[in-house]
Amino acid sequence: MKGLNVALGAAGLTVFLALGEAVPRLGLVNEDFFPPTSRIASALGDELSDGAFWTALGDTLTGWAIGLAIAVGAGVVVGVLVSIVPYLREATASTIEFLRPIPSVALIPLAVLLYGTELRSVLLLVVYASFWQVLIQTLYGVQDVDPVAEETARSYGLGTWARVRHVLWPTALPYVMTGVRLAAAVALILAITAELVIGAPGLGQQIAVAQTSQAVPQMYALIVVAGVLGLLINVGARTVERRALAWHQSVRGEVTV
Amino acid sequence: MHALLVVSGLKKVYEGSGRRVEAVRDLTFTVEAGELVCLVGPSGCGKTTLLKCVGGLLAPTAGQVQLAGKPVSGPPPGMAFVFQEYGRSLFPWMRVGENVELPLKQKDLGKARRKELVADALESVGLSDAAGAYPWQLSGGMQQRVAIARALAYEPDVLLMDEPFAAVDAQTRADLEDLVRRLWRERGMTILFVTHDIDEAVYLGERVVVLSASPTVVQEQLKVDLPDERDQLHTRVAPRFAELRTHVYEQIQAAKRGTPQDAVPSDVRTDTPPPR
Amino acid sequence: MTRVLLRLFFVLALPAVLVAVWWTASSGSTDPFWPPLRTILKTFPDVWTADRLRTDVRPSIVRLLAGFATAAVVGVALGTVIGSYRRVRALCEPVLEFLRAVPPPVLVPVIMLFAGIGDTMKIVVIASGCVWPILLNTVEGVRAVDSVMLETARSYGITGVARLRSLVLRSASPQIFAGLRQALSIGIILMVISEMFAASNGIGFTVVQFQRSFAIPDMWTGILVLGLLGFLLSVVFQLVERRVLGWYHGLRASTRRSQ
Repeated sequence: MKGLNVALGAAGLTVFLALGEAVPRLGLVNEDFFPPTSRIASALGDELSDGAFWTALGDTLTGWAIGLAIAVGAGVVVGVLVSIVPYLREATASTIEFLRPIPSVALIPLAVLLYGTELRSVLLLVVYASFWQVLIQTLYGVQDVDPVAEETARSYGLGTWARVRHVLWPTALPYVMTGVRLAAAVALILAITAELVIGAPGLGQQIAVAQTSQAVPQMYALIVVAGVLGLLINVGARTVERRALAWHQSVRGEVTV
Repeated sequence: MHALLVVSGLKKVYEGSGRRVEAVRDLTFTVEAGELVCLVGPSGCGKTTLLKCVGGLLAPTAGQVQLAGKPVSGPPPGMAFVFQEYGRSLFPWMRVGENVELPLKQKDLGKARRKELVADALESVGLSDAAGAYPWQLSGGMQQRVAIARALAYEPDVLLMDEPFAAVDAQTRADLEDLVRRLWRERGMTILFVTHDIDEAVYLGERVVVLSASPTVVQEQLKVDLPDERDQLHTRVAPRFAELRTHVYEQIQAAKRGTPQDAVPSDVRTDTPPPR
Repeated sequence: MTRVLLRLFFVLALPAVLVAVWWTASSGSTDPFWPPLRTILKTFPDVWTADRLRTDVRPSIVRLLAGFATAAVVGVALGTVIGSYRRVRALCEPVLEFLRAVPPPVLVPVIMLFAGIGDTMKIVVIASGCVWPILLNTVEGVRAVDSVMLETARSYGITGVARLRSLVLRSASPQIFAGLRQALSIGIILMVISEMFAASNGIGFTVVQFQRSFAIPDMWTGILVLGLLGFLLSVVFQLVERRVLGWYHGLRASTRRSQ
């Protein structure tokens, strides 16, 4: 059964690529705007052998990784603090609800003014957007702590730090991992967006350059790379999550609205 | 007279991933109109499979089910099914009244008639006040009543019940058993009731069909000659009740040991239940 | 009474403190990029006049809603089909996983190629980014409909459109709403970016104009407007969601209580 599904998936992908080749060549769409798969593939080949491409890729990944690390660190610390300091949760709830839906792209003009096309522009956007993902999930996780376990720990005289380590953290960990996964995806989107719109070095900027110089197949090739990158990050994050939580019976999905 | 429900030579074999499981080998029995028949058997003997085949939810590998002379090939409008998992059978986004009304929308009845049937059904199960509540606001026993009301409102020819009270507590189960018997007597319904609880089968049924272990065949059918007026207190301590239940218990033990065919005389597999 | 006051206190306390800190920290500021909060608030009504609300804010919101609505219809329709048939799902899965992994903003240059720089481009951009979370969540929700419920529907002869409407879509609605919420955030981002990239009106366009002409306090008011917009849309969404999914919250609360 599983073999059949894999085969079907491969077939679907093949059909998709074949259509991508046939439809432009048949003239159903304008070849200049939708180059056939083969042309994109050859542009991709050219990119892969171009040093500038790898530098750009490195820049994107740098911005992504640093931003993600900061966001995860800050998100977890703030999340845990808010949960263990009494009343801090109620006090911060309204602020979080207000700040959270603010689109990070609103900060783009500010980033441009402050940092121009430096890495810090990218980081400003990435950290701002990813932080919320981690924080919200951490808060969910802390909320899920079994009050009986907490009471038991308290009755055994465990101090705050010990309680955090042995009760709070193991319960919250699956949620934190979900937060990291979501944050990783958001971080990539924002990193590339920052590069695209602001012009900071990276894949996004390469795409903008390709667009202004009308190098359409190049543009598509770079988009494919961005997609593959996103795919690898999604799959990687999901694997890490699953591996780290092999023991945890996770029944919640991303349904929490 | 032609029986209302005729099951003949029912066979169900599950095939998949290299294994072949014969759940039901050969089931043959009938249910007359207005009867309350209980099916009981050892665990894993394919009771649910059998009931789903009868209800048209599963296609049998061989054999046939006939309702009022017509073969059953998919869930017919003349049958209503009450599942064991009431919590997963009622729709949580609809209120109780809407849940009961939903199947009726498949029949061309008109709004007024539907409302009438719903109100009537809810009253019969004692839940007229609960029509505006959501199922998850009710207790387990009440939810199962709603499922029963839904089946009643549908006005089926045959009511199929698949271990409906297995997931409720003992006291609620007693109330629900009495409810089923009352509804059966008041409305003259035909009910096929599957259970693993021997006491329940004898308490409820006019006739008990004992199933063998898997691959399942009819091991025995016996008529429950207890008075029609039954109640939890007195009927269950009646000597005749004890005899019947002991007999069924022995049959099931024999079935579990795998000695069905040898221990039972060959004429038991016919349609006419032997007088006892 | 004290409970209401206490709740009110918690809701307002930290925001009030933060605003006060911002106000005082920036009051004597001569840094061109961080004007005093007082100045920003004073400039606000001058910048965002009724006229500008009509010429910039309304078009932005209209584009967002149009793109979002398109994505919702397409996403739910396709998602239902894909989620209902196991084979179709297996067929589409790798392609969908790839397409959804492409960061939506990179599609702006591509879509600009054939859609120009008008409203159509922006609506297509927004729709193409919003459709993925909606589609994928719909597939998940449709796939996970309880088997006992499906059998119940079958046993009562509830099939076809009735089954879709009364059972499948209702059962999947919590998951679909989760997708709609993610799509809303993405939609706002894309709306702003598409306007920053190539537009002649809109909130994003206005804010970038301010930035380029170094009208810093005006730029800050624009940032505030975007923040407000995000917040208001989120509130409206939550209100709608609470009504439509009231049954779901009740169900979860009762399950939690019984554990």
